Amino acid sequence: MLDGTAIVRVFLRRFLACALWMVALSCSAVTPDVLEKLAFGDSDAKNAALATIINSADESAIPLLQALADDTVQTSPEKKVYVVKDGKGVDAATGKPVDPLPDNLDDVVINNVMRKQIGVAIAALKLTSASKDVRLAAAKELQGNAEEDALPALAKALAKETDADVKALLTLTQASIQLQSKDKNLRLKAIAELAQSNNPNTKTLLLGLLEKKDGNFVEADPDIRNAAQLSLNAVQSKLSTGERIAQVFSGISLGSILLLAALGLAITYGLMGVINMAHGELIMVGAYSTYLVQNFFRNHLAGAFDWYLLVAVPVSFIVAAIVGMILERLVIRWLYGRPLETLLATWGISLMLIQGCRSIFGAQNVQVENPVWMSGGIEVMTGVVLPYSRIVIIGFAFAVLLLVWVMLTRTRLGLFVRAVTQNRSMAACVGVPTKRIDTWCFGLGSGIAGLAGCALSQIGNVGPDLGQSYIVDSFMVVVLGGVGQLAGTVYAALGLGIANKFLEGVAGAVLAKICVLVFIIIFIQKRPQGLFAIKGRFADA
Amino acid sequence: MMDKSLFSRLYGPRAWIAIAVLAVVALVVVPLCNLVVPKDSVLHISDYTVALIGKIMCYAMVALAMDLIWGYTGILSLGHGVFFALGGYAMGMYLMRSIGHDGVYKSDLPDFMVFLDWKAYPWYWKFTDHFWYAAMLVVLVPGVLAFIFGFFAFRSRIKGVYFSIITQALTFAFMLLFFRNDTGFGGNNGFTDFKRILGYAIATSETRMFLFALSAVVLIAMLLMARYLITSKLGRVLTAIRDAESRVMFSGYNPVNYKLFIWTLSAVMCGIAGALYVPQVGIINPSEMSPANSIEIAIWVAVGGRGSLIGALLGAGIVNGAKSWFTVAFPEYWLFFLGALFILVTIFLPTGVTGLIAKLAKRGPA
Repeated sequence: MLDGTAIVRVFLRRFLACALWMVALSCSAVTPDVLEKLAFGDSDAKNAALATIINSADESAIPLLQALADDTVQTSPEKKVYVVKDGKGVDAATGKPVDPLPDNLDDVVINNVMRKQIGVAIAALKLTSASKDVRLAAAKELQGNAEEDALPALAKALAKETDADVKALLTLTQASIQLQSKDKNLRLKAIAELAQSNNPNTKTLLLGLLEKKDGNFVEADPDIRNAAQLSLNAVQSKLSTGERIAQVFSGISLGSILLLAALGLAITYGLMGVINMAHGELIMVGAYSTYLVQNFFRNHLAGAFDWYLLVAVPVSFIVAAIVGMILERLVIRWLYGRPLETLLATWGISLMLIQGCRSIFGAQNVQVENPVWMSGGIEVMTGVVLPYSRIVIIGFAFAVLLLVWVMLTRTRLGLFVRAVTQNRSMAACVGVPTKRIDTWCFGLGSGIAGLAGCALSQIGNVGPDLGQSYIVDSFMVVVLGGVGQLAGTVYAALGLGIANKFLEGVAGAVLAKICVLVFIIIFIQKRPQGLFAIKGRFADA
Repeated sequence: MMDKSLFSRLYGPRAWIAIAVLAVVALVVVPLCNLVVPKDSVLHISDYTVALIGKIMCYAMVALAMDLIWGYTGILSLGHGVFFALGGYAMGMYLMRSIGHDGVYKSDLPDFMVFLDWKAYPWYWKFTDHFWYAAMLVVLVPGVLAFIFGFFAFRSRIKGVYFSIITQALTFAFMLLFFRNDTGFGGNNGFTDFKRILGYAIATSETRMFLFALSAVVLIAMLLMARYLITSKLGRVLTAIRDAESRVMFSGYNPVNYKLFIWTLSAVMCGIAGALYVPQVGIINPSEMSPANSIEIAIWVAVGGRGSLIGALLGAGIVNGAKSWFTVAFPEYWLFFLGALFILVTIFLPTGVTGLIAKLAKRGPA
C-alpha cells in the first residue's frame, strides 16, 4: 500500500523524468554563468551557484538539479554541458537534443555534501509548486536539512503560502534555521514564533537550547534561554492537549474492544450464570472465521476483496454461535447450577479448542489483512492520528451493543431469556421452553464473542492464543460492571479502557495493567455485586 | 494413650501401613536404586526419574493445599500458583546469591542484574544470602499475602465464583509484575543456573537425592497434618462452611476466621512446595504464575477426588504422570487429553478417582 508521501514521491519521479525531456532547460535562473559554475566549478563555486538558484526561486531549474543529483550530467572538453539519459543527450544550456553525443564526455562528480545541498535546493524550489502535496513534501524535506542559504527562498515561499499545514511547517523550518544564526534579535524572534507551533519537533528544538552540559548551559545567552523557556511552555501545553486527546481516544478504543469481548460474557455469565472460560476461544473462532472468509475472497472473489468484512461479520457470528450451541448441548447443560464445575469444564473446552486450532491452522499467527478503506486515519493535530480501523471498531462495538439491547428488550427471545433468568420454574410453568432458551441464549452470547473476534482480527494478531489474552479482562469487565446489567458492562468496559490508557501514560503498560487489576480486586471487596447491583430478592441468588 | 488415640484418629491400620511402605520406598528404596545400584542394572532408577518424582511430590503438596481449601472448605482458588511461585522465588533468591562469583559475568550480583546495569541489590534482596532468612521468606511471603488478601475477601463475604475470579486476577497481576525486568526477579527468564545449596553442589546425585527425600518427608508430614486438621473439630466446621455457610453463622461460628486460617495455611503449604520444587527443577520463572497453571491445580484435585486427601495426592500423580508421558510421546495431544479430562471428570466423575474406587469396592464384594 502506498501512503500519501510515497505516492507524491513516485509521482514526482515520473513527472521529473518527463520534464527532463519536455521542458527546455534554458531558463532564467540557470544562466550560462551559473551553469558553468555548477558543472565545472569547485565545491565553493558550486555552492554559490546553488545559492543563486535558490534565491531565484525559479521552479524551472529543478530538472537540471535533479539531473545533477541523479549523476546524469556530463561535460565535454568544449565547456558544453549535457544531460545524458539512456544514451540520449540534451544540451543543458539550450535544451536542444544532441545527436550523436560526443564520445569524450566526463561525468560531473557530486560529493555527498553537495548532494544534500542539491536536495535542499530542489525542495526549496518545489515550494513554489502549484500542488499542495508537492509543497508539503518539499517542506518536510527541508525541515532538518536546510541551512541559511535556503532562508530567502523560504521567506519568499512563506509570503505566498496560503495553506495552513505547509505554512506551519515552513515557519518551523525557518525558525530552526534562524536559531542557528548569529543575530540575537533574529534568534529571539524565531523563538517567539516557535511558540505558535504544535509540532513535537519544536519541543526537541527548544529543549536543545535549554540543555546543560557539564553543569553549564549549552546556550550562553540568558535572554535566549528565557525566551526559549516561555515558548517551550506554550508548546508543551498545546502538545499535552494533543496527547490527552490521543489518550482519551485510545482509551475509548481499548474500552470498545473490552466491551466487545465482554458483551457476550455479559449474556452467558450475567444472564445465565454460566462461567464460560472458553469465551476467549469463541472469540478466537470468530477471528479464524474471518481469516477463512478473507482467504475465500482472495482466492475466488479478488475483485470484491475490500468488502470481505461484510461477509465475515455474519459468518463469524454464525460459526461461533453454532460452536457455542453445540457446547451448551454437550457439556454445559449438565452443569447448570454448579458454577465452579462449569468453570473447570469450560476451561477444558478452551484447552481443546486451542489445541484444535493449532492442529488445523498451525501454532503461528495467521495474517488477516485490513480492507483498504480501513487503513489510514484522520489527523486531528500534528502527530495525533486517529486510525480508521479503530474508529470503525468503536462504531462496531456500539452497533453490537445496540443489537444486544434490542434483542433482549424488544424481541420474544429476549423476553424469554429475561423470564428464565428471573424465575426459571415460573417461566417453565407458563410454557417457556427453558432448555431451548438456554441453548439459544448461549448461542447468542457465543455469536457475539465471534463478532468480537472478527473485530479483533482487524487490529491485532490472530493466533491460537488470541482468546487467552482477553479472558481475564472480559471477566474483570463483567464482574466490575455487575452481573446481569448491560449498562454496567458498558461503563466498566469504557472506564477500564480509559483508566488503563491514562495509567499507561504515567506508569507504563504493565504497571497500569497491574494497577487496574488491583483496583478491581479492592473494588470487589467494597461492592461485591459490581457497579450496578440488581436490587431485590434476586441479589442473593 | 493420647498418642494411640491420635494414631487411630488419623488413619486406620491399613492406611498407616501403606504410608509406612511409601515412606520406606521414598527414603530407602529409591535412594538405594539411584545411588547404589549400578547404572546398567534393571533396578537402577535414573536421575531423571528421581527428579520427575520429586517434582510430582511438590505438586502433590500443592494439591493437598488445594484440597484443604477447595475440597473441604468449598473455596475454589484459581490463584494457588502465585503462592507456589512466591515460595519458589524466595528460595530462588537464596540460590541465586549462592552462585556467588560463578556467574557468566563473575560479578557480585546475579547475571540478570549485571545485564540491567544495576549496581547493588534492591532492598528486598537484603539478607537473602542467609538460608534461614530465605526459608523464613518462603513461609512468610505467601502467608502474609494470603492473609491480607483473604482477610479483605472473606470479610466482605466474597465467595463462589467471584472469589475464584479475583484470585485469578491476583495471580495474573503477579505474573505481569514478575515479567517486568525492573521488578528485580529476572523478568521472563526468572532464576536459573543455580550452582549450590548450603554449600553443596546442586547438580550432584547426592544433593538431588537429599532434596527428594526431604520432599517425601515434608509431603508425608503435610498429609498427616492435613489429616489431623480435617479430623479435628476445626475440620468439621470447615466442611460445614462448605455445605451450608449461613447455617454455620447462625450456629454462632464466625466463618471468616476459619476460612482465613485454612486459606493462609494452604498458601504456606504451597510456598513450601515451591521452595522444594525450585532446587530440584533448577528454574523458576513467572510462567508458574500464569492463570492456566493455577487452574490446572484444581484439576489435579478434581481428578483425584475432592474432599479426600489421598485423592489429591493420587490426582497430582496421575495428571502429572500423564503429562510427562504425553508431552514426550504425543506432545500435540496433551492439551486434548487435559481438556477432555477437565470435561469428563466434572461431568462424570464428580468424586474423582477415589470416589470411583470406593464405589467399585462397595459394589465388588456384594
